[in-house]
Amino acid sequence: MNIHEYQAKAVLKEYGAPVAEGVAIFSADEAEAAAKQLPGPLWVVKSQIHAGGRGKGKFKELEADAKGGVRLAKTIEEVVANAKEMLGNTLVTAQTGADGKVVNRLYIEDGADIARELYLSLLVDRSCGQVAFVASTEGGMDIEEVAASTPEKILTLPIDPLEGVTDEKAAQLCDALELDGDARADGLKLFPILYTAFVEKDMALLEINPLIVMKDGHLRVLDAKVSFDGNALFRHDDIMALRDKSEEDEKEIEASKYDLAYVALDGNIGCMVNGAGLAMATMDIIKLYGAEPANFLDVGGGASKEKVTAAFKIITSDPNAKGILVNIFGGIMRCDVIAEGVLAAVKEVGLQVPLVVRLEGTNVELGKKIINESGLNVIPADDLDDAAQKIVAAVKEAE
Amino acid sequence: MSILVNKDTKIIVQGLTGKTGTFHTEQALEYYGTKMVAGVHPKKGGETWSSGLESAAELPIYASVKEAKEATGANASVVYVPPAGAAAAILEAIDAEIPFIVCITEGIPVADMVKVKARLDASNSRLLGPNCPGVLTPEECKIGIMPGSIFKKGSVGIVSRSGTLTYEAVFQTTQEGLGQTTAVGIGGDPVKGTEFIDMLDMFLDDPATESIIMIGEIGGSAEEEAAEWLQEQAKKGRKKPMVGFIAGRTAPPGRTMGHAGAVISGGKGGAEDKIAAMEAAGIRVSPSPAKLGKTLVELLKEKA
Repeated sequence: MNIHEYQAKAVLKEYGAPVAEGVAIFSADEAEAAAKQLPGPLWVVKSQIHAGGRGKGKFKELEADAKGGVRLAKTIEEVVANAKEMLGNTLVTAQTGADGKVVNRLYIEDGADIARELYLSLLVDRSCGQVAFVASTEGGMDIEEVAASTPEKILTLPIDPLEGVTDEKAAQLCDALELDGDARADGLKLFPILYTAFVEKDMALLEINPLIVMKDGHLRVLDAKVSFDGNALFRHDDIMALRDKSEEDEKEIEASKYDLAYVALDGNIGCMVNGAGLAMATMDIIKLYGAEPANFLDVGGGASKEKVTAAFKIITSDPNAKGILVNIFGGIMRCDVIAEGVLAAVKEVGLQVPLVVRLEGTNVELGKKIINESGLNVIPADDLDDAAQKIVAAVKEAE
Repeated sequence: MSILVNKDTKIIVQGLTGKTGTFHTEQALEYYGTKMVAGVHPKKGGETWSSGLESAAELPIYASVKEAKEATGANASVVYVPPAGAAAAILEAIDAEIPFIVCITEGIPVADMVKVKARLDASNSRLLGPNCPGVLTPEECKIGIMPGSIFKKGSVGIVSRSGTLTYEAVFQTTQEGLGQTTAVGIGGDPVKGTEFIDMLDMFLDDPATESIIMIGEIGGSAEEEAAEWLQEQAKKGRKKPMVGFIAGRTAPPGRTMGHAGAVISGGKGGAEDKIAAMEAAGIRVSPSPAKLGKTLVELLKEKA
């Protein structure tokens, strides 16, 4: 789960990380009061959306030469004018896709005098199974580009969970970021704080880009991006309260109510599959035969009839889905349960598009019988290959 | 022959008394009499678990893994405990020095697995999973949730990050008449006990395994690491015909595709890099998940 920058900074501040003073606002009326709470003489007005590249992003509704999603203001009047121009408009960045995201929240922050911009993040390093710091002197730019062009400027430092951030490791990070004087002292304090926050809050990613050295020689967290391990949210009610559903796809919200793994995609063939690997492979094989999947959907190992019905309704609610492929290899999942769930959903919402069903595994004969005797216009398939070819052909024919 | 488990493997169940544990323990007992020997529950020690099977099989329940191991001589454990308590269950099995632990549970927080991994590395136990379907040696032993009916004793070793794609590979090799030595699901989580290399090493050593199917997916770099390792082994003359598949060629970057570990992040973990690495290691990578069996048959014909 992702949260906004201002929320991430509030979490980090609780742990004692150096962040600027700031106020989040939801309407332009609040801008003046927010700006007055900060010392000035420089303010930053920052769009709060769950996507990066905001500074270089463009607002759809504004002129092409208008400023981006992060703006500097030198007076309170400028803060208010910028807030009016930004709120409610659609920001398109390199990460939002062409549709962009509507800016419903702004963060008004105290400006900083920047001497140097650094990069620092924490993540779970899969190859060693430990939390690792990633540090680079090349802050303020896309770390993927740094990794591609100058990988020697990036330090990846795994932390042994039994030791935590030792003095030696903290010093290594200081060296990698070329910190000295006050900044070094700040760093030695900051790194263990970030590690503790990461572990205690079950973060999946904590990215500070940039971490800055200010002209007064101290460190400050200038931007912060945090996402959390969805599997650990059950033990963090405080974090769950930060969820912003307006940032999520409606179909994905509906799917999450039924504990279904669903991802909306751009194609026109809806898929319902059991198992994440098979669900991905089903998308791949649709593409292999020349079409594109409309979604990823894993109904899971032991889905009930109700869950299958809900899944099928989510797929049919997507206007882009011009055909549906149900692909089940029943292990724990019984084919008859799938068949009954599909029938119940069709009874409720009807079936306007071609439907191909491939069933294999536990209770396959019973499942096929239920489908065959339903009178529904279902195209049966023998195996995954056959199923993919049939749905692609049916959708092309219907066009 | 086989790897990891055989007819002599004696298994205890952590989380036996729940619905999932009960169902799959019954299925295992029905599968060629897999030696399920006891259950563990901290509050139900001394009680007896009764199956709903015609055989009316029963298992004793012990209060701890240590007691269960001492009483039964078990050398393996399977964990069906729900996510919040699963890591503690694995740690208990490690402390009791169970040599082989299989964790089926999906949804364990990554931070918990980081702690488990640290303890595991300092122990002599092997962990398979979590978030995996388990392991099955045809006609001998079934640990986990794989459907036994699609297996056939034979010559192919199967290792996969995905449960249902394991079934595809098993089903297709059964249909082609090849059968399996052992099928292993290593699981879809980012931090796990067993990686591809461990299993490939065992399959290369196993005389009954004549060929191998390896199924990966997007996320991480375990497939690339395995491919590199296979190339080194081939130089030493350790080599078997291999077919591969990578799921997620069409997955968008930055989105987690069902499995916690299936995500392309920071420009890394994409399918094409993995496929290229596997092909460079001499693995015949099938573009279609429906043609794993047929691709292997063709490969074996060419080699013959």
